[in-house]
Amino acid sequence: MDFNDTPEEAAFREEARAWLEANAPSREELSGLDEIAASKLWQKRKYDAGWACIRWPEEYGGRGATAIQQVIWNQEESKFSVPGGVFGIGQGMAAPTMMAWAREEHKRKHLPPLASGEHIWCQLFSEPAGGSDLAALRTRAEKDGDEWVINGQKIWTSGAHYSDYGILVVRTDPTVPKHKGLSYFFLDMKSPGVDIRPIKQISGGANFNEVYFNDVRIPDDQRLGEVGQGWQVAITTLMNERFAIGGGGGVGFKQVFDLARRLEVDGEPAIRDRNVRSKLATWYAQEAGLRFTGYRSMSALSRGDIPGPENSIGKLVGASKTQDMTSFAMDLMELSGAVTDPEYAERHGLFQNAYMGSPGGRIAGGSDEIMLNILAERVLGMPQDVRLDKGIPFNEVPTGAN
Amino acid sequence: MNFEFSDEQNLLRDQAQAFLRDNCPPSAVRTILDGDAPYDADLWQKVAEMGWTATVIPERFGGLGLSYLELCVIAEELGRAVAPIPFSSSVYLATEALLAAGSDAQKERWLPKLATGEAIGTFALGERAGQPRPDTLATRAANGRLTGSKMPVADGDVADFAVVVAACDDGDGAALHLVETGGVERNALATLDPTRSHARLELADTEAEPLGAAGEGWQHTQRLLDRAAVLFAWEQVGGAQAALEMAREYAMGRYAFGRPIAGYQAIKHKLANVYVKNTLARSNCYYGAWALSTDAAELPLAAATARVSACQAYYFASKENIQTHGGMGFTWEFDCQFHYRRAKLLSVNIGSEATWQDRLIAAVEAAEPAVA
Repeated sequence: MDFNDTPEEAAFREEARAWLEANAPSREELSGLDEIAASKLWQKRKYDAGWACIRWPEEYGGRGATAIQQVIWNQEESKFSVPGGVFGIGQGMAAPTMMAWAREEHKRKHLPPLASGEHIWCQLFSEPAGGSDLAALRTRAEKDGDEWVINGQKIWTSGAHYSDYGILVVRTDPTVPKHKGLSYFFLDMKSPGVDIRPIKQISGGANFNEVYFNDVRIPDDQRLGEVGQGWQVAITTLMNERFAIGGGGGVGFKQVFDLARRLEVDGEPAIRDRNVRSKLATWYAQEAGLRFTGYRSMSALSRGDIPGPENSIGKLVGASKTQDMTSFAMDLMELSGAVTDPEYAERHGLFQNAYMGSPGGRIAGGSDEIMLNILAERVLGMPQDVRLDKGIPFNEVPTGAN
Repeated sequence: MNFEFSDEQNLLRDQAQAFLRDNCPPSAVRTILDGDAPYDADLWQKVAEMGWTATVIPERFGGLGLSYLELCVIAEELGRAVAPIPFSSSVYLATEALLAAGSDAQKERWLPKLATGEAIGTFALGERAGQPRPDTLATRAANGRLTGSKMPVADGDVADFAVVVAACDDGDGAALHLVETGGVERNALATLDPTRSHARLELADTEAEPLGAAGEGWQHTQRLLDRAAVLFAWEQVGGAQAALEMAREYAMGRYAFGRPIAGYQAIKHKLANVYVKNTLARSNCYYGAWALSTDAAELPLAAATARVSACQAYYFASKENIQTHGGMGFTWEFDCQFHYRRAKLLSVNIGSEATWQDRLIAAVEAAEPAVA
């Protein structure tokens, strides 16, 4: 048992590190650029040198790297303060779906600009009536010649306002049970009839959107899978989601530990307080547990095996931990805990901002409850929930609106 | 990255699991729980014949000279089986104390017997409720003789010798002594977990051999606890996994309102949360196993991390196992109590979860000196 790379892995790590050291953009280079422009600059540089989306085949813009090489690259890249994030959904979720289901000409046309950062993609799945019960979505698609006409509404679409393309699941047949009446498309987000409206979040930001479809026309050519096979295609996307979504939120053990060393309880550094130590130790152990669980998965990849289900606990544990830690950090600040004014707040409001963002982490990409269901069903082999809509034509399923 | 047990170690795990399934079924645990025998002597004999007690003892002292990774594998399986034998006292503590602080003569005298299981050793630290410290120890050493009461001493009633921590005036304020228990007054002590025997040792000007230098006893004790914590954590993780499996199996077969209770989210989410805690603890135990087997400088942090999450996981799994069983889980007849008892015993007997949380933060502080 060791943490060491194999000789091949070490050589790859060295090559990646050397390239990153020589090419990671400096702060001056990025100053004045917004997040998208900065991300595009870095992505294009990686692409030109063959370091973008390295697991993808070369013909689609990657370098045909192995899974363990991808992990090594991620580890090395994360040591540099480089922009990123806006490509996560396109590269992490849309691309694997295109890779599995799209026709060759579409792959050759759309995957390289995804790898180079020229195009940003978004995911149009959730609806007001279909969140955790995603397959209950109601946005309709009706065939008209070689095109489909889309009407309805999507919600929680991250980055829709700056996306070039989107992946979309719609209902093509409401007269069959819900999973059987869905179809899957990709579309140009600049298509006429696409209306994007930002949603203001409790954190004050607006990363999500509502997306309305009013007679939006999509060529049948842009369908992935057969008509009625949309759920199966969507599963490909969702299987990749847990790899694409992060927990974090910028506050970890280290930030709260440092805070507890600076602030005082009963005239002593808070870190001397037994209750403070107890809570911090639990969070440390959780973080360590996630880190070493990752190492176990990485070891499986290194051997050429498929990792076990252990890694699916990451988002579940991480999101609540962030929420609890930021809440506790504010308690340590006592009367000043609620101050968010960057001029006066500890770390310019880092903890307060993360606290307000943390409820989203427990919901996005599968709520805590859905993650627990998945663990119980897929890992522990426990029965699925009772489904009252099972086998019933979608248009006869009771809804709150009826 | 090779953060995994080797194929040989995984094979050992399979063998150990099969062996304990045959030789330590729940009925064997129950025999000790319900009876007067302090431990399962037959099982102890067989475990020794398998060489488990000899795992890390060097070959020149009659041991197998294997690594601590093998011992971690065995610890997990003993924990899973809730084995009613003095393995932790004799192997994780007494053997380790001799390896760390014993003279050649002491090692030659005791290690071969510990390896064959012929001798049982234990470790005597506690005296009364609350955290033991050198300045609060009432047991004192003077001129090779010890006076004071030690309790609870795990397996103190069956051990051939005890490594006793006593206060002294030198160095760090404590000294280790090896006390042969033949002439010592020993009284069995009732505890929460009757499947593991405990005693009170009355030392009254009792002859004792110094183990290591006087004034280094407390350092030795801390080091010993760090090493033992990793092995205890593996036992805890094994027990937590067994409790989860027991709960799952019951929930799959128990019907209420026309379907297995395993189909209700209240039960699914409960057991998924047990799985999450178990997974975190297991991964931290890997870290502990690595640190223990390589004698890494990170051992205090790795041991505390493994120990804290293993205490949390086993306690949680053991109580939610009873909850999943409903009223039947609260009956003497059901085996849920094995884990509920053992979880609490293991989480206090080398220092509580809170104590190890404190040690964890102390290790982080040591690694990251505060900026003035």
